[in-house]
Order: sequence, then C-alpha cells, then structure tokens
Amino acid sequence: MLTKRVIPCLDVKDGRVVKGRSFINLCDAGDPVELADFYYKEGADELVFLDISASSEGRDTMVEVVERISEKVFMPLTVGGGLRSIDNIRRMLLAGADKTSLNTAAVLNPDLIREGADKFGSQCIVVAIDVRRVVASKEPKWEVYTHGGQKPSGLDALEWAKKVVALGAGEILLTSMDADGHQSGYDNELTRTISEAISVPVIASGGAGSPKDLYDALVLGKADAVLAASILHYNNYTISSIKDYLEKHGIPVRI
Amino acid sequence: MITIIDYGAGNLRSVLNAFARLGYATKLAKTPQEVLNAGVVILPGVGAAAHTMDSLRKAGLDKAIRSYIAEDRHFLGICIGMQILLTGTEEGGWHQCLDIVPGKVKRFSGCLKVPHMGWNQVKQKKAHPIFEGIPDEADFYFVHSYYTDPDDKSAVAAETTYGSPFCSAIIKGNMIATQFHPEKSGEIGLKVYDNFIKIATGNKTGKI
Repeated sequence: MLTKRVIPCLDVKDGRVVKGRSFINLCDAGDPVELADFYYKEGADELVFLDISASSEGRDTMVEVVERISEKVFMPLTVGGGLRSIDNIRRMLLAGADKTSLNTAAVLNPDLIREGADKFGSQCIVVAIDVRRVVASKEPKWEVYTHGGQKPSGLDALEWAKKVVALGAGEILLTSMDADGHQSGYDNELTRTISEAISVPVIASGGAGSPKDLYDALVLGKADAVLAASILHYNNYTISSIKDYLEKHGIPVRI
Repeated sequence: MITIIDYGAGNLRSVLNAFARLGYATKLAKTPQEVLNAGVVILPGVGAAAHTMDSLRKAGLDKAIRSYIAEDRHFLGICIGMQILLTGTEEGGWHQCLDIVPGKVKRFSGCLKVPHMGWNQVKQKKAHPIFEGIPDEADFYFVHSYYTDPDDKSAVAAETTYGSPFCSAIIKGNMIATQFHPEKSGEIGLKVYDNFIKIATGNKTGKI
C-alpha cells in the first residue's frame, strides 16, 4: 500500500536556512546540506526547499546548494521559489532536484506548466497554490494569492487547481495562508475540496502544530502527503515521533 | 567500468551520485559503440516513455541496447529504463518500444491518484542476489503513471500494490529492471545498486 508522506519544508535565503530551531547535534543548523542530511537520517520521505532569495546571486547559490544536497541524501527533493522559466527549471533538475515547484510564475504564465510537463514530465512539475478563504462567500471558497502570499490573484482555488492539472502539473502543494504559522491545524475543508476534485496527489501545507493535525489532514483532508515546517523546526516533534503517532492511528507510513 | 547511458534522462545526476556514494567509478555512454563495449550497463529514466524511445532511436542506442541484452550481458533498467524494455506502451497512444520483454506498459486505472508517487512496498517474487540484505516488502520510492505487464509472468521478480498488484521488478537472465527508483530510496535503495554491481562483477569489490 502506498504510504502517506511526511515532508519537511526548509526556507533558504542566499544559501542559508532561515527558518529552523537550534538543532542539537548539528554543527551548523543554518547549513541546508547538514539539515537535509539530518532529516534524511530521521526518516523524512521527501524534502522541499523554498528559495526566498531576492537576488539572482542568491538563486545561483541555491543551485549549488541543490547540487551538494543531492550528493548526500538519496530521497526526492523538490525545489521552489523564484523559478520563472524553462531554463530555471532545467537548471534545478540538472543540479539534482527531482521536482520543481511553480507558484507566481504559473499564475502569470500558465503555459510554463504545460511546457515544463512536456519537456521534463508531469512528475517534475509541482504547482504550489497559496490560498485564503473568501470570508464573504456563503459557499466554502478560497482565493489564490501570489508573490509569497502578498497579492490576491482573483483566481478561485478549485478552478485553478483543476486548470493546472489539465495543463500537466503532477502534484499540488496546497497552502492555507489563513492557517499557516498558527499551528492550530490545517484547513482540512480546503484540502479535501481540492483533493477530491483532482486526479494528482495533494500535499497539505500550513497549520501543523501537533501529530494529530497531520493525521487530520490525511484523514479529514484526504491529503496524500503533509508538509511540515514549524512543528519540526520549533516544537519537540521529530519525524519518527510523528510517524509513530500516525502508524498507531492506522495511517500507512514508512518507518 | 560501470557505464550509464546518457540520453538526457532527468535522473542521470542522482544515479551518478548514488554510485559515487557507493565508491564505484562510472562513465557515461552516448554512442552505440560505448554501450556495446561496456561491461555493465545502466539505463536510467524518468518522464515519458515515447520521448525516451525517440531520444534513444535518434542516437542509435535502441539497437545497441537490444544487442547488448541479447548477449545476456549485465544490464539494469530504472523506471522508464524498465518500461521501454517491453513491446510497447499505451502512453500517449500506442508506442512501440524495444520488445525485449514481451508485454505492454499500461496506465493505472480506477479512482487512483496518478502519478503513483511515494514510498510503497516491494514484494519479492524471486529469491535473487539483487535482494540480498533487503527485507521482503521494504519500502521503495516510486513515481510513475504507467506500469509494465509482462506476458511471461516468470519474468516478474517483484510486485507492488497500487489499487491492484503490478510488476515492480523484472529479472531475465542478467537483465534486471526496477520500476522504483533505488537512487531515491535511501540506504536500502543504494543496497540494490551495490548488489547489482556485485552480481555483475562476480566479486565483492565491484571493481571490473
């Protein structure tokens, strides 16, 4: 049976991890390579790196970081942040990334999804969708935001998710901006709405504060995988303690 | 020397990194002659089978791979490198493949998420040194939308269940192929590569 994936997410700026607690047993907790290795040994199923560098020099550094990580850890790597063109995607894949995550660039230029999927295969193209709940709506509705959650796009999350899958996206990384950072649970209604409507895997993101939140995202939200940042970086949960909890509650996980 | 066929596959670097980590020297082959001269051949792959077949045909590598395997020399195909060994694939309409293993490559059907993406158990159907030190039903990393269905079930070396069981490894003589990605399956994946090199070289050092 296909197991559910637990995926740590690390933000990287100019080649350094900017989120993350002070890890014991690590010489340099800001080194993405060392953190990747830490999570690899802890039993993470994949890793997501988001490059939040503002400069092109910072992005060049990210390519080197990906090269170094792929020499050390033998599990799937997704890289996102600032990827705008086929060349950007190709560069990351050649550096050793398995998947690239598109967000703002996909909204501004949806053809990039199709082109990327045609050239590299759908499995390489993850579309990251950041959303906020539309409070005024009677029906549950969410709006897509771009530019790191700063700009409303006017797009309906469900319609956009269906469109990116039709264009060739192989996976959706779905983040609730409302829940993100609050550690009070994922928006499971959002995750379920999208997951049930599309044929590709959905990674739930935003809001994890306890192992039960991850369980709920997988069961109530029908997610295929869960992304976790703060719960791993700031709390006292390890990947293995989270997986133990999930396994005890009947979720198939890789131990 | 361990020879990895370079036709532009997306996972080439990861495969190279895996062998480097195990301490084996590798070289890339881009021409038919380089494949035919090799002692051990690895065909990586990820993405679309039809596209892969086009790339191999353009470089004349399809015939070289067929001749190489026909001589029962040591070969390892990974993911798409496994799928193109079959007669043909349903991916993007019917596309003829290498026809080394009679059978079809079919799309997952039913209400399953496709691609089949993530870690799933590999049930060993044959006792074989490629599985040396690997527990039965160990988890390996998969990412694919199509699966192989060989006509001759005796070639099926492992099965994995996604909806229903499908063939996740093929062994025929010295030809081995896996649908899963050993280079993305952690230490247990590296063990598969290590086992393969030991089988191919007939010794424990992996030196050729």
